[in-house]
Amino acid sequence: MKANYGYMDGSGNFFITIDTDRCLECGDHPCVGACPVGMFEIIVDDYDDEVAAIKEEHRKKVKYDCGPCKPTADRPPLPCVVACTPGAISHSW
Amino acid sequence: MTEQVKEYWRWKEYNWRDKNMDPKGAETISAGVDVGSVSSQAVILVDGKLFAYSNMRTGSDSPDSARKAITWAMENTGLTLDDIHYTVGTGYGRVNVPFADRAITEIACHARGGNFMYGSSVRTILDMGGQDCKAILCDEKGKVTNFLMNDKCAAGTGRGMEVFADLLSVSIEDVGEMSLDVDEEPPPVSSTCVVFAKSEASSLLREGWSKKRVLAAYCSAMAHRVVSLLERIGVQKEFAITGGIAKNAGVVTRLEKELDLTALKSQYDTQIAGALGAALFAKALVEKQRKKVAQ
Repeated sequence: MKANYGYMDGSGNFFITIDTDRCLECGDHPCVGACPVGMFEIIVDDYDDEVAAIKEEHRKKVKYDCGPCKPTADRPPLPCVVACTPGAISHSW
Repeated sequence: MTEQVKEYWRWKEYNWRDKNMDPKGAETISAGVDVGSVSSQAVILVDGKLFAYSNMRTGSDSPDSARKAITWAMENTGLTLDDIHYTVGTGYGRVNVPFADRAITEIACHARGGNFMYGSSVRTILDMGGQDCKAILCDEKGKVTNFLMNDKCAAGTGRGMEVFADLLSVSIEDVGEMSLDVDEEPPPVSSTCVVFAKSEASSLLREGWSKKRVLAAYCSAMAHRVVSLLERIGVQKEFAITGGIAKNAGVVTRLEKELDLTALKSQYDTQIAGALGAALFAKALVEKQRKKVAQ
C-alpha cells in the first residue's frame, strides 16, 4: 500500500509517501531515528502490518516540519530517504 | 416577536432495518460505527448481510454520538449491545467509541465498504465526507493499495456545501439539482478555501447572479478541487463515490464530466460506506478469533 501523509493547499501539494509493501522488508526502521524532528513512528496498520508512518501531529504541517532538511539551494539528500534502504519513502515536493 | 431561523444545512436523519430478516439464531452479528466530523452512522450485519443502520449528525460528544447511532440502528430489532459479537469503530471519533472492540481507520473501512456496495470490480473510491476528502485505490478484495487524504481545509467537503446552502437559503438536499438548472456553466469560484469562496459568492450575488448560477459555480469549484486530488493518485476504472456529497447530483455530474468517467451506482446508501466497511471488518475479526480459539 502507498500511504500518503500530508495535504494540498493553495501553495501546492505536500505529501510524504510510504510504500508499506517495501517498508515491510525492513526490520530496523532506521527512518525513525534519522528524522531530525522525529516525524516517523512505527505503527500496526489496519491490516496488522508493522510499518512506518508519519505521526499525527506532523501530518498537517509537513511542509514546515521538513523545511530544515530542504534548503532552497544546495539541497542535500533527505535523511529519511537515505536511511530507508528498501526505498519506501518519497516526498512530493 | 421571536425570529424563526431555518437551518438550510440540516439534512434528514434516518434509520432503516430489513424487516424480512430475523437476527435470532444468527451465527455472527457484527457492527460498525463511523463517528465522523459531521455525521455518525451505525451498521449492523447479520451473518454478513445488511440488517440495520442509522445515519445522524455527530454531536459535540463523540462517545454519546456513537451510543445514539447504535441505539437508533438497533431500534425495533430486538437486539441489544450484548447481542453484537464484535464492533469496530471508525472515523474521526473511532477511538471514542466506548463499546468498540477495535478501531480501524476510515480509509480502510471505506475501501472495504465500497467493495461490498459496488462489487469487486471497483478500484477507485472517492469519499467526500463532512470535513475531508479521501481518494482511495483498492484491489479486488477491498484492500487499500494507495490513498490520499485532504483534511486541512473545508474546500471540497460536505461542510463547505453546508456553508453555501445557508448562505443562499437553499435546502442542502436541493443544492445539487438546482445547480444543474443553468443555461450556461459559469466559471468556478475559489476552490482553495471555503471562506474565500463564500465572500466571492456574496460579491456575485450583489452583481446580480442568480442563486442557481452561484450554486453551479460552487459545485464546479468543488468538483475541480476533488479532481486534482484524484489526478494526483491516478484514477483507475471502476470508479465510485461514497459519503454525503455522492448524493449531490450537481457535484457528481461535474466530476464525471471532468474525469470523463461515469461513477458506479449502488443500491446502498452512500453515507454508510465507512460504517459498513467497519462492520465487515468486525465480522472477519470475530471469525478469526473463533478460529484461534478452536485451534
